[in-house]
Amino acid sequence: MAMLTFEAKYRVRGGTLVGGNLFDFWVGPFYVGFFGLTTFFFSLVGTALILYGAAIGGTWNPWLINIAPPDLRYGLGLAPLREGGLWQMITICAIGAFVSWALRQAEISRKLGMGMHIPWAYGMAVFAYITLVVIRPVLMGAWGHAFPYGIFSHLDWVSNVGYQYLHFHYNPAHMIAVTFFFTTTLALSLHASLVLAAINPKKGETVKTAEHENTFYRDFIGYSIGTLGIHRLGLFIALSAGFWSAVCIVISGPFWTRGWPEWWNWWLQLPIWN
Amino acid sequence: MKPEFFRKFNFLFGTAVVALAAAAFLVLTFERPTIETVQSGFRGTSMGQVYNTRTLTAVQARNTVPEMDEAIPNDPESPRASEIYENVQILGHLSVEQFGRIMLAMSEWIYPNAENPAESCNGCHVPGNFAAEDMYTKHVARRMLQMVHTINTTFSNHVNANGEVGVTCYTCHRGQAVPAAVWSQEPSNAAPSRMWAVAGEQNRPVTATGYATLPTDPFTPYLWGDEEIRVISGAARERNNNQSILQTEWTYGLMMHMSTSLGVNCTFCHNSRSFASWDSSTPQRVTAWHGIRMVRAINNDYIESLRDRFPPNRLGPLGDTLKVNCSTCHVGVYQPLYGAPMLRNYPELILPTQTAAPAADPSAPVQPAAAPAAAPALN
Repeated sequence: MAMLTFEAKYRVRGGTLVGGNLFDFWVGPFYVGFFGLTTFFFSLVGTALILYGAAIGGTWNPWLINIAPPDLRYGLGLAPLREGGLWQMITICAIGAFVSWALRQAEISRKLGMGMHIPWAYGMAVFAYITLVVIRPVLMGAWGHAFPYGIFSHLDWVSNVGYQYLHFHYNPAHMIAVTFFFTTTLALSLHASLVLAAINPKKGETVKTAEHENTFYRDFIGYSIGTLGIHRLGLFIALSAGFWSAVCIVISGPFWTRGWPEWWNWWLQLPIWN
Repeated sequence: MKPEFFRKFNFLFGTAVVALAAAAFLVLTFERPTIETVQSGFRGTSMGQVYNTRTLTAVQARNTVPEMDEAIPNDPESPRASEIYENVQILGHLSVEQFGRIMLAMSEWIYPNAENPAESCNGCHVPGNFAAEDMYTKHVARRMLQMVHTINTTFSNHVNANGEVGVTCYTCHRGQAVPAAVWSQEPSNAAPSRMWAVAGEQNRPVTATGYATLPTDPFTPYLWGDEEIRVISGAARERNNNQSILQTEWTYGLMMHMSTSLGVNCTFCHNSRSFASWDSSTPQRVTAWHGIRMVRAINNDYIESLRDRFPPNRLGPLGDTLKVNCSTCHVGVYQPLYGAPMLRNYPELILPTQTAAPAADPSAPVQPAAAPAAAPALN
């Protein structure tokens, strides 16, 4: 592994959040740490529970395996294992594993003297997941409002939740989230095409520098955000997409129960023209 | 004062103003919990209803059942209404007690303000001459009695789908001569364009379509005419499905109307994984299917056929009658009046076969409904 020459730099002691030196070791190329162990534990138990759920679920078709949350009548209580209890345990394992992983990233960032960009970025995705399976169900009063674990089944859930508000494209936070998602892909494609063009010159030409890239965009749209700036921008729009996704689902139900088109009546009812 | 102070003050003050404005906007435009939910599908499918309790309270206040007398039997010893009164064409078979009772109930349901000399009995009868045929409302009322009978018998699949409920005059009228939620054709919002495949009346938020930018009149094609509502292909990549986006939006508009009329969302009838599939739809979709046929029959056979009877102020701006849709009876509730079985107290509304025959009143100059022709914009 080419990176091994850098090991002296990366394999540094300390920076742990929990457990001091006890878990501060590597297995092969992998840093362990306290949160590595908890990640491993929760992943293993969670995966085993998913396999158990699939085994008692009546199908091994990977598209159709479905481990669903409890009926609404169980509210925020525990459900029997085969009627949603399994889903509850898997959710605990998933959150345990995801949060452990984020904290392990934080420990590694501390070891390397980096900022916390990576754990925060990954944490945004975890936050969106927790919004779906914990925050919104708690606000709505039942675990049954969370989504089921299954490829087709979770898609059906998404579709039905959308149509519970008649026309989800009118959800203002959904609009913002979708815009950020599209902007992320646009920015990534612009950035990637620029980099690929710069580092793959024509035969006989040399690889172009960052100043060349800046000049191209200054010619093209009158502005170049720069080599560092594009990554800051990318981080911002990508995380915003995840954040507004979480907002768009948490407002659907707890803070709005009618069709989303109707929400826009505040605009029609502005005292300016009404 | 140092400039530093002003900078800090300006920043804090500006932040406070923006935060207050944002908070006010959020509080005013969104709903506060608490919510109430009803599950209607397998767990995890997210099929079911989501209500805010405040909205429910407001809707319940609009859907209260009036005080009702107990039903009285049709006493065979009593004289018939037709023997006592002149010119009783529809209800002549009733005992005179029943007849008086249903007349009184109708006046309370439709013309309740006895203080107004034009209401109560005088809503339909010439004062002092109950037999006279001069009032158009009396002709309409006769037809409406036949209509109520048809609804309770022919369309039992709809009105008795969830318990023996049926309808009475009150189901629609609610103390008003013209029910609150009726519709007629509206002048187009914009000239039809050959360039853009949009309906002339699109992009105008109306209650009928849940304030979306869907065509505002999904009623003419589907609840007056009988255009095909189902536009989804039966198979993936079907070659011969020529349904346009516009037709799809028309269907969506009708569905928005059904949802907002019943205070339910799409998952009340459909599992959205396939709107077309009856296998994965709920039983309510079958009830709704019958309801669409019922509303068509009401609009064509019982209301539009009376067009020439109505004075101009009882017609829409384009000259068609004020017709019914799902809102007329449902008024925001999945079952009108929460399924209160009012008909049980008014058996007078079930007619004997010969008077109930929906054959057109021969004395009425009936013009055949020109409805389906009014929906060419669909194609």
